[in-house]
Formats: sequence, C-alpha cells, structure tokens
Amino acid sequence: MSKIVFPAETLELVKKIIARYPDGKQKSALLPILHLAQAEWKWCSSEVMDYVASLLSISPIEVYEVASFYTMFHLEPVGEHVIEYCRTGPCCLMGGVEVYDHLKKRLKINTGETTKDGKFTIKEVECLAACGWGPVFQIREKYYMHLTKEKVDEIIDELSK
Amino acid sequence: MKILTEHIDVPNIDTIDVFMKHGGYSAVQKALKKMTPDEVTEEVKKSGLRGRGGAGFPVGMKWSFLAKPEGVPRYLVCNADESEPGTFKDHYLMWKSPHTLIEGMIVSSFALGANTSYIYVRGELMYVINILEKAIQEAYDKGLLGKNILGSGYDLDLFVQPGGGAYICGEETALLESLEGKRGNPRNKPPFPAVKGLWQCPTVVNNVESIAATSWIVNNGGDAYAAIGVGRSTGTKLISASGHIKKPGVYEIPLGITVEDFIYSDEWCGGIREGHKLKAVVAGGSSVPILPAELILTTAAGEKRLMTYESLSDGGFATGTMLGSGGFVVMDETACIVHNTLTFAKFYHHESCGQCSPCREGTGWMDKVLNRIEHGQGRKEDIDLLVDVAKKIEGNTICPLGDAASWPVAAAIRHFRDEFEWHIEHPELATKPGAVFMRKGASWTK
Repeated sequence: MSKIVFPAETLELVKKIIARYPDGKQKSALLPILHLAQAEWKWCSSEVMDYVASLLSISPIEVYEVASFYTMFHLEPVGEHVIEYCRTGPCCLMGGVEVYDHLKKRLKINTGETTKDGKFTIKEVECLAACGWGPVFQIREKYYMHLTKEKVDEIIDELSK
Repeated sequence: MKILTEHIDVPNIDTIDVFMKHGGYSAVQKALKKMTPDEVTEEVKKSGLRGRGGAGFPVGMKWSFLAKPEGVPRYLVCNADESEPGTFKDHYLMWKSPHTLIEGMIVSSFALGANTSYIYVRGELMYVINILEKAIQEAYDKGLLGKNILGSGYDLDLFVQPGGGAYICGEETALLESLEGKRGNPRNKPPFPAVKGLWQCPTVVNNVESIAATSWIVNNGGDAYAAIGVGRSTGTKLISASGHIKKPGVYEIPLGITVEDFIYSDEWCGGIREGHKLKAVVAGGSSVPILPAELILTTAAGEKRLMTYESLSDGGFATGTMLGSGGFVVMDETACIVHNTLTFAKFYHHESCGQCSPCREGTGWMDKVLNRIEHGQGRKEDIDLLVDVAKKIEGNTICPLGDAASWPVAAAIRHFRDEFEWHIEHPELATKPGAVFMRKGASWTK
C-alpha cells in the first residue's frame, strides 16, 4: 500500500464535502470520505481509518465504530473485483440461488472468499433494491441485472482479461 | 393517470433542458413567486398525500408539526435509503428522472423554511448518486438552487449524502444519526425529528416519492390530487412489482384499482407467468404480512381487494396486510414459503442494529430455527417457538424494525402452517434448500 494520503484533487473534494455541513459538524462527512478512502485504497485498514479521523479532527475510534457498522466498508483486503450479490427473497424467486451457486463454482470460492489470483471476492448483500430486475449483483458502481448462468460466465470472462 | 412517471421514458429526461421542456420546474416558479410557504403546506394538506415510504402518515400534517424557533435552522432530509426486499421504486425514479425529486425538494424545502437540505441515498446506489449530483449541479447552473432562487429572495443548498449499507438507516432517526456521521442506531422518540432532528434542529424526513409528488400538487392544487384515488388513499402510488409475474417493474397506479387488475391486467403486471397460478403475495415490502392468493384478491367482506392503504389492511393482520412501501412480491405455486420466509428472516437478522435485545436476539433465533426447518432438521415444537419469538419481538423495540422482522414470520405460519409442518415431517425431502411442495388431493408431495 502506498503512503496514506489522498491525491491533491481528492483532498480538494474532501474540503468541499466538509463544507456541506455547519461549522463543527464535520463528522457528518465521515461516510462520504470513507467511500472515497475505500475507492482509493480498496479496503479500510486501520491506517486508512486513522487518516480519515485526522482529516475530520475526530478520534480514530469514531471511525472504527462507524466503518464496522456499515456493510459496505471492507475491513479486510479484498480482490480486484468485489462481486456483491443480492441474496434476498425476490432475487431468489427469480432464480438467484442457482445463479449464485454457479458463480461460486465458476470462481471456486465461497461467499466471503477471494480467488487465489486476487482477482475476485464474493460478498452477500442484503437487497440491492433491484428486485424486479433480479437476480442481480453489483461490482463497484455497476449493477448487473437479469442474471443467468451464461451472463455470469460472460461477465467473469470479461473481467478476467 | 401518471403524475411522477408521465415523462419518464422521454429520452434524456434526466437532463434539465429536456425536463424543463416537459414542464419541469414550473412548480418552483409557481411556489416561490406566487405562493407563501404556508400556502404550499396547505395544498399538501388538502391533497391528502400520505408518506410513501411505508408508514403512510399524512405528509402535510407531518410538516405542520415542524417547530419554528427563531434563529434555529430547519432541515428537510429526503429518505432515499430504499433497501427493503421487494421495494425498488425510489431507485427507479431517481435513476430515470432525478429532476423530479430535485424539483420536489426545492418546493418542499421552501414550504418548510429550510435553507439547507440533504438527500440521503443508500450507498450501494453510487451510480444514482452520481446522476443526482450531476442534476443538482444543472439546477444550480440554472439558478434553481443557491442564493436568491429566481429572484425570490429564497436561498437553498441541496446536497446528496451516501449511506454505508445499513437497512436500519431507512428509519428516520437512524438516518439522522447516520447523517451526523455515527452508527445508524435509532433514537428514542420523543423528541421527534420535527422538534429535535438533524444536529438537534427541527427536521422533516420524507420519502423520495412523497417529496416528488409535491410539485404536481403545487401545480394542480391539493384538491385535484385528492380527487384521484379512493377515500383517504389519495393520488397515485409507485408500485415495485417483482416475482413470478410476466412484467416485473415499477408502475405508477391511481390508488383504488383492484389487486386483481394490478396482477392480471396487461397494463400492469400482465398476469402470472405462463402455466402457473398465483400462490401468495407480499404486498408492501418484505416487512408486511404475506397473504395467500384468495385473501390478497378478496377482503374479509368478500369484496375485491383494492390497492389502497385501507383495503389492504382490511380485517387487521388476521386477514389483511399493508400497502407499506408498495413493494409487491408475487409468488406462484413453485415458491417455497419456508425458503422465502427464511430469506426475509436472514435479512432482518443481518440488518438489526443490535440496540434492543428482543430484536438483536430474536431475529437471530428466528433465522436459526427457520434455517434448520429449511434444511430438514426441524423439530415439532419449532413452529410454535417461532410464533412465540415473533410475538416477543413485536412492540418491544425502540424502532419498527422489530415489528418488521416478526410480521412476515408470524403471517407465513398463520397462512401456510401446513407447509412448515411438511418440511418438519419430511426431512428427507426438505433437505434441498428451496424444496417446494404442492397440494395434490389430500396429500403433500414434493
């Protein structure tokens, strides 16, 4: 991991985000900045969280307790592509169970694991608010909807290149 | 009759120029130049608009509770943390037509006297957040946000706040905690947010769909909105339809059409998928009681059930359900009720914030018991145990997540007890997750 400092452009964005809240309420910027930090360093190590605390002039424990509460923040290293699949009722009704089983078999890993080459991590998500377009998974900001086994193969093939 | 989605399929409606060509931001012009904040509130009251996030509390009344102490800022916070299984309407609206929400935010903020407002969007929808950010910048560039909007003397700044992936943040006080940069633990009420909300200042928290509807109400008047619908269920409602129907998707319906029409008409869901028949429906998101086919179509009085707040809750929980968020999950005879109930129970177990013991422990207990029934290890006493645990969670928690966790389990057992019994009595057949059984004559077979 490179030195824990945001690039200058991101630091400017951090300043703008903090300015969205009244004076003294900069802690409100914690979630947006944690998202920026995760995008920069892939996961929220204690060093990353300490850095975020310093940017907001709050104590590190305040960052740890928040990062560990919300499921979007990775507290362990993850693969290059984190596949977050929706396992709730509507997606299961639409064939999600079979599709996700296929995904695990294809990557030869279970939920929560990372492939040996560090390329993929699979995580479960509790509903992606896309029930009518399920089964669905998300990789970073992109939603993949109406999944079938064939579509999963295509996506994995593409990302494996 | 479409109010929110009339232009949703117009190409580039997500851009401000196209949106304005189709009448967009006319409500801002009217409200800020020709109306007082109280007049806007009065029209919303007259409209009978009820909160579209699930609770159905009258929006105008909620606004009128807002405390207005001198020298203290007020806030409007839009609850866009949609994350209840079955519900995806706000996602759709913000994705396709972000300016519909932004226009509503301006009108509503003006009515409430808020000069800073926030849209709290679930973090998973980062691509929607980017769409909203772009649309907000367009509104600033047109002078529809910022200082002295359209020369009216009214100032408003609008920001998007991403969540971090926690369903509980859809509860308004948990959302405010999260917006303050904390864990999303619900607060004890009172005080209500209208008195002490964001940073202890008076705050209104409204759902995306509720806020978006206010522009039409300003343009057309509260009476015109109230004329749509039936009784106290006025206006239109976005319904997220999913499951075993021919046309899953988001539909804007006038409240008051029959459930039967909604499921079977080509205008809406198009019927159950070919070769299958309706088994059950969860009408308002995963938290509301599931109903078997005959009860979702017909009320206790034997009349056709309507898509309204009142008709869906007809007869209380014994026969009714709720309109809730409008998350309409349809199941045909291939759906396994035990498996579906387990997926919901796992959801609430995972999403419990852990603050209250009945919810923290009870949701885990239900998940565990359902899991063993599903996997052919159920015990005879497990069904009554589930009912008992559900009862002990309901009404015993700070926020409604406890109720939301207990209702689907209790209702599934109430209406499909035989299916749970079958799983327990036939462990050799139930070991495959999602095993479905169908009634053939008097016997149960896989």
